[in-house]
Amino acid sequence: MKTLEKRIRECNEEGKKAFVPYMMAGDGGLGTLKDKLLFLQEAGVTAIEIGIPFSDPVADGEAIQQAGARALAEGVTLRNVLEELERCKGEVAVPLVVMTYLNPVLAYGVPQFVEACQRAGINGLIIPDFPLEESGPLRNELRGTDIAWIPLVSLTSPDERIARIAESAEGFLYAVTVNGITGTRNDFGEDIYSHLQRVKRISAVPVLAGFGISTPVQVKEMGDNTDGVIVGSAIVEAFHRDELDKIRELAGTSSGKIEIVN
Amino acid sequence: MAVEMRKGRYGKFGGQYVPETLMSALIELENAYGEAKADPKFKEELDYYLRDFVGRENPLYFAERLTEKVGGAKIFLKREDLNHTGAHKINNSLGQALLAIRMGKRKIVAETGAGQHGVATATACALFGLECVVFMGKEDIRRQELNVFRMELLGAKVVSVDKGSGTLKDAVNEALRYWVANVEDTHYILGSALGPHPFPEIVRDFQRVIGVETRRQIVEKEGRLPDAVVACIGGGSNAIGMFHPFVEDEGVALYGVEAAGSGVETGLHAAAIADGKEGVLHGAYMYILQDEDGFIQEAHSISAGLDYPAVGPEHCHLHDIGRVKYEAVTDAGALEGLQLLSRTEGIIPALESAHAIQFAVELAKGMGKDQIVVVCLSGRGDKDMQTVRDVLGGGVE
Repeated sequence: MKTLEKRIRECNEEGKKAFVPYMMAGDGGLGTLKDKLLFLQEAGVTAIEIGIPFSDPVADGEAIQQAGARALAEGVTLRNVLEELERCKGEVAVPLVVMTYLNPVLAYGVPQFVEACQRAGINGLIIPDFPLEESGPLRNELRGTDIAWIPLVSLTSPDERIARIAESAEGFLYAVTVNGITGTRNDFGEDIYSHLQRVKRISAVPVLAGFGISTPVQVKEMGDNTDGVIVGSAIVEAFHRDELDKIRELAGTSSGKIEIVN
Repeated sequence: MAVEMRKGRYGKFGGQYVPETLMSALIELENAYGEAKADPKFKEELDYYLRDFVGRENPLYFAERLTEKVGGAKIFLKREDLNHTGAHKINNSLGQALLAIRMGKRKIVAETGAGQHGVATATACALFGLECVVFMGKEDIRRQELNVFRMELLGAKVVSVDKGSGTLKDAVNEALRYWVANVEDTHYILGSALGPHPFPEIVRDFQRVIGVETRRQIVEKEGRLPDAVVACIGGGSNAIGMFHPFVEDEGVALYGVEAAGSGVETGLHAAAIADGKEGVLHGAYMYILQDEDGFIQEAHSISAGLDYPAVGPEHCHLHDIGRVKYEAVTDAGALEGLQLLSRTEGIIPALESAHAIQFAVELAKGMGKDQIVVVCLSGRGDKDMQTVRDVLGGGVE
């Protein structure tokens, strides 16, 4: 079992849900990356998803698009993020997951990219535009590494497809909670919880819910129906506005440190 | 070693690189298209609309004065500009709208560059009573203001995209985002031979009518196949429709003409085959204009319809196997071709098609008088008058 899955299971065994914040690498400058990672680690998160900016982020909503545009303006690339992470290696102990679109990986070269991830101590990989039918060659490269392949399942994936995707999953299975792009939502479909429970029944690896989750209440409710949650846009915006207490509050909800009063 | 034949592949190009939310819709589309192709009623219905609504078949016209002026091979023009809505785009929009109806989807989303695909899709939606949203880059809206008004008049909602360069690439991004969010009741009518499988195949098949008619018409007129066929390439839909029926005819040279913008050497162009690298954009593996970090670069062309940083996957394959030669013509060359055709034949071509005209003229010059060149005149130039006037100046003195 790869480190990422082990950590999530340990977290669950302590009676807590995994909490994985997403941050945009280099939003505010690549020099701020380490401090942000250490801050999140301090806040008690289970793992950290590090987004790589891309020129054409089709799966992302406004908040992450804008954060990506700011990072691109700072000259942030997949290559220099991995180099920076390699430098942080000794101090950051929490598992790191890289989320990138496919084309920068292809431009890097798949074997070279996987090697760079290993040097940087990356524990998981999410590539949203790399579905089951296409991702085989990269999954082969990840064999024998401690880098988990984290695929996404959506509300539109039929059960037999969810089963096949879950079989390819390592670390955790990423259950997308909305039909749409990333970004905060007030409402989710009414059958979202039964969907998440079904995904959980099908999957042998832990299931984490993500897309649109932004408030402590949502973190709690989504967490109740899965093994944990991923919070993206709300974290990205909080970092951008320097509202660190918001991030602490979200992280605290999931670990059970903060009681939610409905 | 046996080559693994994967679905929707043209050699190594194509594929389905999309978020999981869209995979079910692509599988549904693939199945629906397979059934439609096998259903004679579908073809009958499409043929009816192509004939009585679009005005097909359109002529293959011998450009006699242009031929004389150039002094080389005979030049024939496939008159897609005479279609209803003024370009080849309607062939695909009608086909896909009928397909959407078969799938029970009555809401349509589309992207548009020059506005021709947007107008064609808005037209098909008006014809069949479908809801229509069109994403269009801010820069293209500026360049093609009248097409925006046409779409609105036809009942479509046009959404301005101000991200990136505000052109076709950015409009496709927004259309994809919209489709992901509305996939359960909405069909995406992609306008070029691009995107994830099965789109490149569907768009090609609906545009094949161009080449099928041309092949028959040239044999009727000249008793033989042409020596060369020329078409412009943005994503490549008119070109693939024109070329496909000729691919097996070894004696017919095929030329795709990319937009060289200010010149391929300046970096300000849209010539993805001339200057791009392999990669993934908008769901397919293609040649793409990108930097060394894999970020997609902005394309540059005077013609909004060619202003796209990649070329459809089947063209990439036809390039790799050497079956089609891909050339590039600059903005200045296109303007020259546009003026030449206007004055010699009384036909004002779209700026996109003017790239093909200009290349064909140069090609014909070096060929014998008994040889034949066919050019796909993919659209008419009315939409470009503002742009052309801005560059050439003019007006009543």
